[in-house]
Amino acid sequence: MSASFRGTENYVASPELMGAVDIAVALQKPLLIKGEPGTGKTMLAQAVADALGKKLIIWNVKSTTKAQDGLYVYDVVQRLYDSQFGSAGVDDIAKYIKLGKLGEAFSADEQVVLLIDEVDKADLEFPNDLLWELDKMEFYIPETKETVKAKQRPIVIITSNAEKELPDAFLRRCIFHYIAFPTQEQMEKIIRVHFDHLDEALLAQAMQAFYYLRSIDSIEKKPSTSELVDWLRALELGGVDPARITREIPFAGVLLKKDKDITAMQRRMR
Amino acid sequence: MFVGFFYLLRQRGFGVSLNEWMTLMEGLLLGLHRSTLTGFYDLCRAVLVKSEADYDKFDAAFLEYFKDVPFPEELLPDELMDWLNHPKNALEEFRAFLREQGYAEKSIDEILKMFEERLKEQTEEHNGGSYWIGMGGYSNFGNAGHSPQGIRVGGESVYRRAFQVAGERKYRDFRRDNTLDIRQFQMAFRLLRQYSDRSLGDKTEFDVDGTIRDTCDNAGTLKVRWKRPRRNTVKVLMLMDSGGSMSYYSNLCSMLFQAARQSNHFKELHVYYFHNCVYSRVYTDPRMYREHGVSTEWLLKNFGSEYKVIFVGDALMDMYELMEKRYDYFAGSGSLSGMDWLKRFKEQYDHLIWLNPEEPPRYGGYWGQSYGHIARLIDMYPLSVDGLERGMKKLLARK
Repeated sequence: MSASFRGTENYVASPELMGAVDIAVALQKPLLIKGEPGTGKTMLAQAVADALGKKLIIWNVKSTTKAQDGLYVYDVVQRLYDSQFGSAGVDDIAKYIKLGKLGEAFSADEQVVLLIDEVDKADLEFPNDLLWELDKMEFYIPETKETVKAKQRPIVIITSNAEKELPDAFLRRCIFHYIAFPTQEQMEKIIRVHFDHLDEALLAQAMQAFYYLRSIDSIEKKPSTSELVDWLRALELGGVDPARITREIPFAGVLLKKDKDITAMQRRMR
Repeated sequence: MFVGFFYLLRQRGFGVSLNEWMTLMEGLLLGLHRSTLTGFYDLCRAVLVKSEADYDKFDAAFLEYFKDVPFPEELLPDELMDWLNHPKNALEEFRAFLREQGYAEKSIDEILKMFEERLKEQTEEHNGGSYWIGMGGYSNFGNAGHSPQGIRVGGESVYRRAFQVAGERKYRDFRRDNTLDIRQFQMAFRLLRQYSDRSLGDKTEFDVDGTIRDTCDNAGTLKVRWKRPRRNTVKVLMLMDSGGSMSYYSNLCSMLFQAARQSNHFKELHVYYFHNCVYSRVYTDPRMYREHGVSTEWLLKNFGSEYKVIFVGDALMDMYELMEKRYDYFAGSGSLSGMDWLKRFKEQYDHLIWLNPEEPPRYGGYWGQSYGHIARLIDMYPLSVDGLERGMKKLLARK
């Protein structure tokens, strides 16, 4: 284990999370991160890259993303067009091979951190199509008879929102960590990273109100970290008297995004 | 080495593969458990458990297997590591350390003897393997009659800390067999999909085959073709029991309903309500006023066999409510009984399941009769995340 991950100035990691990152790095396996929205899954990769001083490559997965897109794209259409107009270099296939994010990470000279963000957005088969590539860290381009092999195995971090179940074969190859919602203590640390100086009374009251709201069962979309940060900013700018916060929960619209949830809150507050 | 744990996990329903187990061993050799039990627990969980839904089950299994194993305390590992790596010069240091901790000379001797034996075991069998391996050996050793007291040296027990974490079982909420929130229902609904490009919509996807064919037809001058992206073609017809014995489950059913509504990936979703069993009329509203009624005949005519049908209800009723023809209020005598209607659904739809919020009744109970009759006709699944998932798979499977 070269360097171990201890969080960064801008990212507060729980000991379990740090441990999971270390385990994944040492065992050279992809780290699969799940957790509620707003618990900083995506930020983790940036923080790991920063902490270990490595370049970060992000592969944003969308519902239309295919595994092949991450490896390479052979731009057939461009080549066809070029051939019709007699452009130079048409016989050089390599010119029309464009490496995807995974290919980029493999071919990098130095070890990089590769973030495969929201892997569950893609089709159900998507993770299965990447098994070999993530295992062996190499792939073959038949068009150029070339094998792209990782010079340095990248540190792979995969995030999932659990919108879809991931296949077992894929899970078996991953190190898994679930980011639990931060406790009040951790949350205070996280907030302090975002704010230079915050009125203590304001923070204490806001936290109390925030965790109270999260504890109400009838609220469907529970407010998350990013919403808390926005709310604190609003409270600060609005110059709200801390004593009012727990009583009235001003600017509740920043925390709760659904009408139904706001009504549920008001019913409870009465 | 603690292979028993492997088998225990498998016994408890974890699909731990040999590969994962080997990964764990590799991790131990690399010292990733940081020579503490908490670290060991974290490592095991990260490598072996792949869903937060299983955290609780894992905690329980971990507790069950390791709770009686005596572990050294947190303060020790560094000293021990030293001692294990350079037994000769560290032996005296370690003795001094123990003495500092206020141990009697006699027990120190005993402890050192124990470690020595363990060391032997380790170099012989594991060739200088990591500390943990030694610990495994030690724990057996401890079990074999030596007082575990011997190696307790101050500080909070790491062992206990790991068990505190495991013992809190704070991931209980994630267990799959619990009924949970809408999102999880939605996830289950997502399993229900079949893609096809035969739907309407803009042609936005590049059609390679079509382009090649047309370009050839065009004597080699490029002609680009586009096609429609593939869309989910699943159509769902959901029939929910409302009122009566079902009001107890209204919350659960409302979550299921919302999850289905929000799963906007279905091509079509239609929801109707009935009471107890389907008779000649179903309703568009759970309150089931007269004006909300539509005839079941109409339903069967308008929703073809390609629909996937989900019944939701407790399937508990009096037998005459299920079997008696005269029970149907609207149609009067001479019409079909509830069971007959269900049979008609079964005939028309290949993909048909029944979700039941109620536990299966014990055999032979009075209310259990109707349950049994319906369950024999239509595949029944419990209304939990797990049951819903199995149901969705059933709906997708070809007969």
